[in-house]
Amino acid sequence: MDSRRVLALVKKNMKKLVRDPGTLFLLVLFPVVLTTVFGFAFGGIGESGPQSFEIGLVNLDDSSVHPEWADGFMANLSEKDDIILVIYDDNETGQADLLQGGIDALIVIPNDFGDSCQSYWSSPFDGSSWTNTSIGLYLDSGSLIATIAVPSIVQQVFLSTLFGNAQISLEVPVDLTKPQFISANAFSQWDYMVPGMFAFSAIFITVIVAQSMTVERSEGLLRRMSTTPLTSSDYMLSQSISYMVVAILQVAMIFLTSYLIGYRPATGIAGIGFALMILAVFSLSCVGLGLIAATFSNSADGATGLAFMIAMPQMFLGTFMPLGGIADTIASMMPSKYVTDALTTLFLRGAAIVTPSIWIDLALVITASIAVVFAGILVFERWGRGK
Amino acid sequence: MQFTIEQTLKEAKGSAIEMKNLTKRFGNFTAVDGLRLDIGWGEIFGLLGPNGAGKTTTVNMLSTLLDPTEGEATVAGHDVVKNANEVRKVIGLCPQQPAYFPYLTGRENIELFGQLFSLPSKLLNERIELLAKRVGMEDDIDRRASHYSGGMIRRVSTIMALIHNPSVALLDEPTVAMDPVSRRSVWDFIKELRSQDKTIILTTHYMEEAQELSDRVGIIDEGRLIELGPPQELIDKYEVEDLEEVFVLRTGKRLREGV
Repeated sequence: MDSRRVLALVKKNMKKLVRDPGTLFLLVLFPVVLTTVFGFAFGGIGESGPQSFEIGLVNLDDSSVHPEWADGFMANLSEKDDIILVIYDDNETGQADLLQGGIDALIVIPNDFGDSCQSYWSSPFDGSSWTNTSIGLYLDSGSLIATIAVPSIVQQVFLSTLFGNAQISLEVPVDLTKPQFISANAFSQWDYMVPGMFAFSAIFITVIVAQSMTVERSEGLLRRMSTTPLTSSDYMLSQSISYMVVAILQVAMIFLTSYLIGYRPATGIAGIGFALMILAVFSLSCVGLGLIAATFSNSADGATGLAFMIAMPQMFLGTFMPLGGIADTIASMMPSKYVTDALTTLFLRGAAIVTPSIWIDLALVITASIAVVFAGILVFERWGRGK
Repeated sequence: MQFTIEQTLKEAKGSAIEMKNLTKRFGNFTAVDGLRLDIGWGEIFGLLGPNGAGKTTTVNMLSTLLDPTEGEATVAGHDVVKNANEVRKVIGLCPQQPAYFPYLTGRENIELFGQLFSLPSKLLNERIELLAKRVGMEDDIDRRASHYSGGMIRRVSTIMALIHNPSVALLDEPTVAMDPVSRRSVWDFIKELRSQDKTIILTTHYMEEAQELSDRVGIIDEGRLIELGPPQELIDKYEVEDLEEVFVLRTGKRLREGV
């Protein structure tokens, strides 16, 4: 492995990216144009959101001497038309489900909830004798208007539990914790699409790799370079690094474009760093697929067509297209789906960088990408290079 | 005759290129048939023959692009199959199809190949300036290659092959599509390489080029070597005017059929 040779080829590929209009359009301008058009087209759709919420509940007060308060609170929540209540045995399971997007919110009834309510009614006007406590409330910031509606619904239900149907507003010993994961923004369809845009754009790398490899082969460049000390591994490494750089550039361009038209991801620098990392790894699978397309193509046009056919399932079954049924099952075999899942968890739900599910997604993308790029290299070296 | 240390060393190293029963078959078709040749250090060897005679196949075997079906060949003492990596370090190939990156400038194309041969930046820049001037490309070297004429591309392709100062240069029709002035500048450059003890295999359809440049020529037809010797010796042997007549006499083909 010779780093100077690899670097020379990476520089050559970057010059192609900038100077070749077809490559520049497909890898840089097209994602920017697509992001802009989709941003304006879908930015206003879906802000009304769904009308009911799935709310998880953990009752830590079930062994209390006053369990009737927690039971009453749960019963009142169940009666609300806009709430589907999901009961969890423990906090961890509920939190995990919330992070995976299984529920819109999680309520944790504290273990002194009954005592607190009882203490109020024992001395309603003596605040100093109350047992103060807090109901835990965790919200999925990606769950449309849940972030806005759920806190007030829970507050209402609690007051009706404590006071019955009388609508009063007095000081009480139980309050709601400041909701976590909350976001002030209402979400549009566009917010759901952005995480998928990153993988969607990176998939075009497959087309460019297939095109450029076919051209370099048919123009005799691969043969000419193979009469120099350049090794096959140097060449393939340079291709992989080049398109990793392209993927990182795409992330930056899409992020900047979507930011300029109003997109605000619910993540910080660490989340964006994670996005760069997972997309760079994902680009390897695109290089691998591009090599496979180049192997079985005789011309640049043929390579473009074949590369699109190979890339199409990933474009539409694993990015921003709504899925269901069999399509969902097929998508689970596409690395792009795991890229989009991880970015949705970070950008939409605002999950922390330590959330296990995103690292599982990354591990799956790494495994799939390494397998595909090695398969691509083997197939190209065996049948494609000397074609 | 004056003997120098360099000459003695070259003799000790043996031939620059040796071919022993070199054969290449593609299915039932024999492209090169038992070629036996020794080419010395500092020799310009003209490899002539009509189209499909096996010239480019021979060059491709010597440049490690093709493995021989039978026989063997060494370049600078390295076997082209067993020590292909060593061979690649000492050769410079200017292919028949002038492969280049159209979106790079002439300089960038040459630079890239220099870097593939691990040339230090300073030396690389010096060599580019020197060689560009030698083939008359100094004014156009920074233009995008996609804007070059056929002759300019050929000249840049020649520099790409020689940028690392190889001991053995394989020039496959290097002057095709060049105007007479450009061709003359490349000829001068090739002669200069001989004076530096470089070994050159030159395939060409231009007999006056072969006659002007080659120390020896080999005419191959249907994969077999049918004539070998210095141009003037062959002209004298067949009592003809020039090498073109030798070619026609031996191959039975007009040159234009071969071009």
